Amino acid sequence: MGFFFGRKKSANSAKERLQLVLIHDRTDLTPAELEALKDDLISTISRYVEIDPGAVSINVAQDGRVQRLLADIPLRNAGRRRG
Amino acid sequence: MTAKVVTVTSGKGGVGKTTAVANIAVALATNNMKVVCIDGDIGLRNLDVVMGLENRIVYDLVDVVEGRCRLRQAMIRDKRLPELYLIPAAQTRDKSAVSPSDMVRLCDELRPEVDWVLIDSPAGIERGFKYAIAAADKVIVLTNPEVSAVRDADRVIGLLEAEEKGPAALVINRVNPTMVKRGDMLSVDDVLDLLAVELIGIVPEDENVLVASNKGTPLSLDSRSRAGQAFKNIARRLMGEQVPFLDMESPGLLQRLLGRK
Repeated sequence: MGFFFGRKKSANSAKERLQLVLIHDRTDLTPAELEALKDDLISTISRYVEIDPGAVSINVAQDGRVQRLLADIPLRNAGRRRG
Repeated sequence: MTAKVVTVTSGKGGVGKTTAVANIAVALATNNMKVVCIDGDIGLRNLDVVMGLENRIVYDLVDVVEGRCRLRQAMIRDKRLPELYLIPAAQTRDKSAVSPSDMVRLCDELRPEVDWVLIDSPAGIERGFKYAIAAADKVIVLTNPEVSAVRDADRVIGLLEAEEKGPAALVINRVNPTMVKRGDMLSVDDVLDLLAVELIGIVPEDENVLVASNKGTPLSLDSRSRAGQAFKNIARRLMGEQVPFLDMESPGLLQRLLGRK
């Protein structure tokens, strides 16, 4: 019935909410701290290579009970460097 | 004999630890195993009432630890089974009366005498939890398919890994198949995805559990209820048997008659 009224299943909400909560419980890293880490990482890396700060993404990934910090940092092509 | 020491813990209170310990102990004892249960919840003792042994307490865990009686004297024998014993918690003391090394010493004394020592851990992650897991060879983490219980289970599983007591074995208690099917309860697979640990039991929600604790006769003593069967299966898995899990998703008769999936 829920389907017809577009109601989201509460079990799905529970699972999604828990996924986020558990990441922070396990790493002791708040979303704000993760943002700060991202900014530090961008400024450090920018001292060596040119990157697009807007394209950087940092996430905590789960592999069983192991947590991984995954950073995707696209480099700007040196040949097309501006100015 | 060299007993295996198993602690049942959960982080969150009220998820069914005491019921699980009573039923797994009875199921192991029914398989001709010599079993001692220890109520680790000093100050909030309950395993005695759930097992129906509350009128036979003379000495308790703290009496043993403080040397007022011998271990044997604090072991209440359950007359319904040949080799099932309970060491009750003290009711008028607190968790500071026992230390992790006290539990290690006590379990080392029990190991040569019995096949299984089951410890009912208090809720929480403080001192009571620490002494309850100190002697454990295996830790069972019990949870319910509910956000706060799953979150606390995750925390406890992490602490067990840090204390090198892992990997924990998970029991998901009070699963309501109708609610799971309706999408209003986390499924067994959801909980396993979240917690990523080995599963050792799935126990359906069952009114018979309350009836059994009212009477002080653990379910696995006589009942053919689904929860009782689930606890018996956990006992068999602890003994090393491969037992298929109860199918929580199987459609009930009514749903099948209505032709719903």
